[in-house]
Amino acid sequence: MSLRVSLVAVLLSLPPAYAFAWLLARRRFPGRLLLDAAIHLPLVVPPVVTGWLLLLLFGRAGPVGGWLEAQFGITLVFRWTGAALAAAVMALPLMVRAMRLSIEAVDRRLVEAARVLGASPWQAFLKITLPLSAPGIAAGAMLGFARSLGEFGATITFASNIAGETRTLPLAIYSGLQLPGAEAQVARLAVISIVLSIAALLASELLVRRSAGSRAHVL
Amino acid sequence: MSFEISLQHSVGGRTVALELASDARLTALVGPSGAGKTTILNCIAGLRRPDTGRIAVDGLTLFDSGNGTDLPPERRGAGYVFQDLRLFPHLRVAQNLAFGERLAPSGLRRMDKEEIVGLLGIGHLLRRWPATLSGGEARRVAIGRALLSGPRFLLLDEPTASLDAERVETLLALIERIRDHLAIPILLVSHDRDEVERLAGAVVTLP
Repeated sequence: MSLRVSLVAVLLSLPPAYAFAWLLARRRFPGRLLLDAAIHLPLVVPPVVTGWLLLLLFGRAGPVGGWLEAQFGITLVFRWTGAALAAAVMALPLMVRAMRLSIEAVDRRLVEAARVLGASPWQAFLKITLPLSAPGIAAGAMLGFARSLGEFGATITFASNIAGETRTLPLAIYSGLQLPGAEAQVARLAVISIVLSIAALLASELLVRRSAGSRAHVL
Repeated sequence: MSFEISLQHSVGGRTVALELASDARLTALVGPSGAGKTTILNCIAGLRRPDTGRIAVDGLTLFDSGNGTDLPPERRGAGYVFQDLRLFPHLRVAQNLAFGERLAPSGLRRMDKEEIVGLLGIGHLLRRWPATLSGGEARRVAIGRALLSGPRFLLLDEPTASLDAERVETLLALIERIRDHLAIPILLVSHDRDEVERLAGAVVTLP
């Protein structure tokens, strides 16, 4: 359950995270600071507040949630998809930060060279900026994955804590702590979450090392 | 006319101004460092937009502040060999060479790859990564990459900088061969008088 929620959350937020990261790294436009602040909001605001904001926006009565339900019959609140959305929003700032750094590290002069050699802005992006910032994408995805595995506050507020639907690992551990005699189960879940997190960390470190040589590190 | 350039450009409080009309096969642009030579090459390649002026190469207007003409870099047909080379670090030499080749407009006369690789003596480097090349090797690869992109003209920025005397001689001979074998105009930026005298049919000096 947790794995599916986190995977979907990361896959869902990867493209927008990279787009935001590119905008913030390469473009100067009015409202840039505002966008930067909005993306970082989930990092600084209490997660419960983020969950509440999601509820307002994506709840059945909210502007986006109501529209989704009316148009496509999609409900997010109290569903695992809602847990994935909450995790994605919470993971976004970390992913954007990692990707933005790696895009900023791509030498603009290489992009210029590609343009002179006949590449359109889009081709230059695909052949130069994207591959050279790949380590940052991997690092961002890993951070995002780890962050969404641990997501608690926004998830419990927005998607609630429903067994088999929105009960992710941290929520299950929390529920276990409420029950007398569930200590063994709590310990087991805690071990699983630690193992998953470390595995994600190591996997992305290996990925980055292979793609960028020994120069780049996530850790 | 191979190069017709008239431009004015201010960067950081300094103004670079140039009037140039040359019909030579190889035109040299000389001047002390900081005179704006690279700035001018960037303007011609379309990487920098001059404040005012007109740039035409081989009869095609690339930029004209008078009527708003401003071709994007990919449509100017420049073969630009940067002073800092700018080989793509994530691509092998062969892929670096192929980068512009694949993007070259099919209508343009293409130079033969085998011939250029032979001329530059880089056949044995094709599978190497740019980071493993010596300065002279990397420079020859950069020249090859520019030649293979189907350029209408060449811009060479200090091609012999930071090379030892023996390498300089090889490279000058190579530029002579390119000048005499390929019928495209070349603009060379240099601060070396001997080099310029040997290669150039016309010389323009920046203050």
